[in-house]
Amino acid sequence: MATHHDQSKTETVAPAFFARGLTKVYRMGEVEVHALRGIDLDLYPGEFFVLLGPSGSGKSTLLNILGGLDVPTAGTVQYLDHDLTSAGEAALTRYRREHVGFVFQFYNLIPSLTARENVSLVTEIARDPMSPEDALRLVGLGERMDHFPAQLSGGEQQRVAIARAVAKRPDVLLCDEPTGALDLKTGVVVLEALSRVNRELKTITAVITHNVSIADMADRVISIADGRVTAERRNPHKKTPQELNW
Amino acid sequence: MTALNRKLVRDLTQLKGQAVAIVLVMACGVAVFVMSVSTYRSLDGALATYYDRYHFADVFAHLKRAPNSVTGLIASIPGVAQVQSRVVVDVTLDIPGMKEPAVGRLVSIPDKPTPGLNRVHLRAGRMVEAGRRGEVIVHESFALAHGLKPGDRIPALINGRWQRLTVVGIALSPEYVYAIRPGDAFPDDKRFGVFWMAYSELAPAYDLDGAFNDLALTLLPGAIEPEVIFQIDQLTERYGSAGAYGRSDQNSHMLIDGELSQLRGMASIPPAIFLAVSAFLINVVMTRLIGLQREQIAVLKAFGYTSWEIAWHFLKFVSIFVAGGSILGVFVGAYLGRGMTDLYAQFFKLPVFDYRLQPEVVLGAVLLTAVAAVLGTLTAVRRAVVLPAAEAMRPEPPAEYRVRFLERIGIHRLLTPAGRMILRRLSRQPVRSGLTVVGIALSGAVLVLGSFVEDTVRYVFDVQFFRVQCYDVSIVFTEAGSPQSLHDAAHLPGVIRAEPFRAVAARVRFGARHKRIGITGLVRDPQLFRPLDASGRPVPIPEGGVVMSAKLAELLGVRVGETLSVEILEGERPIREVVLSGLTEDFAGLSAYMDIRAVRRMLRETDTVSGAFLTVDAARQDELYFQLKRTPRVASVTVKTAALKGFESTMAENLMRMRAINLVFASIIAFGVVYNTGRIAFAERSRELATLRVIGFTRAEVSIQLLGELAMLTVLALPVGMLCGYGLASLAVVALETENQRFPLVIEPATYAMAALVMLIATAVTGLIVRRRVDRLNLVEVLKSRG
Repeated sequence: MATHHDQSKTETVAPAFFARGLTKVYRMGEVEVHALRGIDLDLYPGEFFVLLGPSGSGKSTLLNILGGLDVPTAGTVQYLDHDLTSAGEAALTRYRREHVGFVFQFYNLIPSLTARENVSLVTEIARDPMSPEDALRLVGLGERMDHFPAQLSGGEQQRVAIARAVAKRPDVLLCDEPTGALDLKTGVVVLEALSRVNRELKTITAVITHNVSIADMADRVISIADGRVTAERRNPHKKTPQELNW
Repeated sequence: MTALNRKLVRDLTQLKGQAVAIVLVMACGVAVFVMSVSTYRSLDGALATYYDRYHFADVFAHLKRAPNSVTGLIASIPGVAQVQSRVVVDVTLDIPGMKEPAVGRLVSIPDKPTPGLNRVHLRAGRMVEAGRRGEVIVHESFALAHGLKPGDRIPALINGRWQRLTVVGIALSPEYVYAIRPGDAFPDDKRFGVFWMAYSELAPAYDLDGAFNDLALTLLPGAIEPEVIFQIDQLTERYGSAGAYGRSDQNSHMLIDGELSQLRGMASIPPAIFLAVSAFLINVVMTRLIGLQREQIAVLKAFGYTSWEIAWHFLKFVSIFVAGGSILGVFVGAYLGRGMTDLYAQFFKLPVFDYRLQPEVVLGAVLLTAVAAVLGTLTAVRRAVVLPAAEAMRPEPPAEYRVRFLERIGIHRLLTPAGRMILRRLSRQPVRSGLTVVGIALSGAVLVLGSFVEDTVRYVFDVQFFRVQCYDVSIVFTEAGSPQSLHDAAHLPGVIRAEPFRAVAARVRFGARHKRIGITGLVRDPQLFRPLDASGRPVPIPEGGVVMSAKLAELLGVRVGETLSVEILEGERPIREVVLSGLTEDFAGLSAYMDIRAVRRMLRETDTVSGAFLTVDAARQDELYFQLKRTPRVASVTVKTAALKGFESTMAENLMRMRAINLVFASIIAFGVVYNTGRIAFAERSRELATLRVIGFTRAEVSIQLLGELAMLTVLALPVGMLCGYGLASLAVVALETENQRFPLVIEPATYAMAALVMLIATAVTGLIVRRRVDRLNLVEVLKSRG
């Protein structure tokens, strides 16, 4: 968003995301699963944010709610003036279309489309996108635009996914275990791409991971377990991806 | 092209085999629809124009003799527009080069060219000129059958005297579009021909000068036909009318109408089958595709594609199937329609009869196909639309298996592990397996439906011409003759046996219902003409009672043992109460039979005969024909086998053509269903099959897994196909039945066997195509990829 260009990360700036008492209960057959048990969370413009937690802690559920893929059972969540709590299917779709970029653990590229076409898929429906070529160059894939997913390595596929997510110039980039399926070396390249997007485009970047070392490159880290926030810390000195110890 | 459309094109390329199968099945449905509807409309349109331009009459009546003044009385009946009286007689013809005699129907036309009804359309030559002796116009069918042209001469036995008729013109008439002798089951252009002759020449020859024996009239708009017919009957009864009748009972029109209603039937059931099968195939393919692409759909949703955009994306697949099926189907349908029109043109003589493919027929076909396709896609696309994006991101949970009914009762103990895998797979998706079985079965059903007609026609032929009509030749005398006529006939050369009959027009009445029919008086234990009952046994001719067509009894609402009243429409018009003593199972017309002596008693006659059935020594038949042609008292002669042969060859050719088309269509269904089932089974199980290969199974063993499933479905489909075929054939028999035509449901074992064979061959061939994929299975790749 153009109004949040300053890089301030202090609480004096109004948060872009504002969530209070988020609760999510799934019903799986006879059993009720409490994925989230009252989470309060603020996300600030331009910040690089890491959500840490073991699998099953509820972090993916939280990300889905922030991204407008799911709605909470109780509590409120707001993005600027969008109330995501009570939004209907159409409003959520519009919200995702205009503001959100997603990166998934398994890349989720369309196998029948080339790298460039996968990115075009998003730029074609965005209001002010960058060109697919620029987006791919941003993640260092300017040379492999016409390759199909099957012809790319895992790291390359994930970078195509990042290019696809950022090409629409989203206000928020939500990444669910973006390096979960990658080895260290390729993981670093992917994280560098994310870091560069955050730096250059000032996109709020939320990364969820169970990999503690990734937390060191964040502005702010929240740990959750069993659907509750267990810790929050701020990194005075962010590490670069290359400095991370896996 | 947008990225999403590129995805569409590439997905379609992946699916091309299945897409082709769907398009072919759809095209079959469209083709049958377009063929039958466009042919129907071409024929119906040509007929309507012809009837209108050449003033085809609405009501007809044949009588013995009425003075011309009666015409005026009839014209004054409310609702009558125009009346034409004429003379119509059947005569024996001696065609050069043909041993047996032919029957000519002479129809009078007014001397002065007046704008009358049932106008003839000259194809060659000129109209007859009054005052020139022996001039006739001949119907084109007969002219073509004998290569007649203006100037040719034909000897005809006119009221007992041989006379040479000179052909001056060749023509068509709306009254004889289908030129067939009343009572005949099929046209015989060599032995029956229509001729037009000047009234001033024909009437005096039959002592009908200033009189007529046949009527045709048109009705005013809004006139009530039964009302007018009732009034005409009142007026003409005393002139020996056998009852007026409307177009629906007019021979030529009735038979064409039967064809038209068959075309209408053809436009409904078969296309519905094909479109239902294609809808099913689309459903299976799209469900599979959407299941495979759930993660892709989730991504699209996550990035803000709306549900409608996603639904539209998948509907585009379907539009491509519809487009492909429609285009192919319309072309094939138009081609077949043209062929069918040409075929009809051989039988139906119309001045202008062109095949026309109307745009609205094409539009209708496309719409029908689109509706079927969208119905087939709906549930699958709905799944894509309602798929929650967050959930779809996770891979589909593994297929759920459990021990089901069949295994609980212990069937699995009889099976090998491979057999158990197949059984569990099939029973896990009972609806899909069931529909697949029905799909394959429908291919067999289409074959049975297409082929049973031949069985039925052959059965009707056999019954009618060999079991009911045991005679070789039937002759009709000019007037109800004396015992001497029969005696003479029995002593003609080569005649082995002669049995008399006395035919008379009558009105039978039961309660409020009545019907005008012909009653045939037969000898008590007839050998040469034996009406049969439903179980194929000869019905005894009762001494006092009457035996009638089951259909006639049904129309009258009378049961065996009940008494009905019979009014003879000849002579003193006696009315008698008669017991219905038996029913005959016949296939054409409405008939009634009585003891010939009972008929004579009612008529207060002693030994009269209308005609005779003869069996003939084949070695002496030429001699017999020669004599018959020279017997003045014989009005017409029908030679059974000669007529039969001519038609059989035409029919065999047409049935063969129909059978070939059916075979192609049924094979396409079988191929479409089996191929799709095989491909999907392969796709769903490629990991499983690859695993089996990795742990040491041979290609053959793995193939058995896949082909065993197809084989089991096909085996299940065989009886279902027979049953569906039987059901559809029963429906068709009911749909085709009219008052005048009935088709028994006859399906020969050979027809079932052929249907089963085609199903098995189509399955086997398709199975082998799918098997090639097993051979090419890349073990490493399959095991690496997710899902």
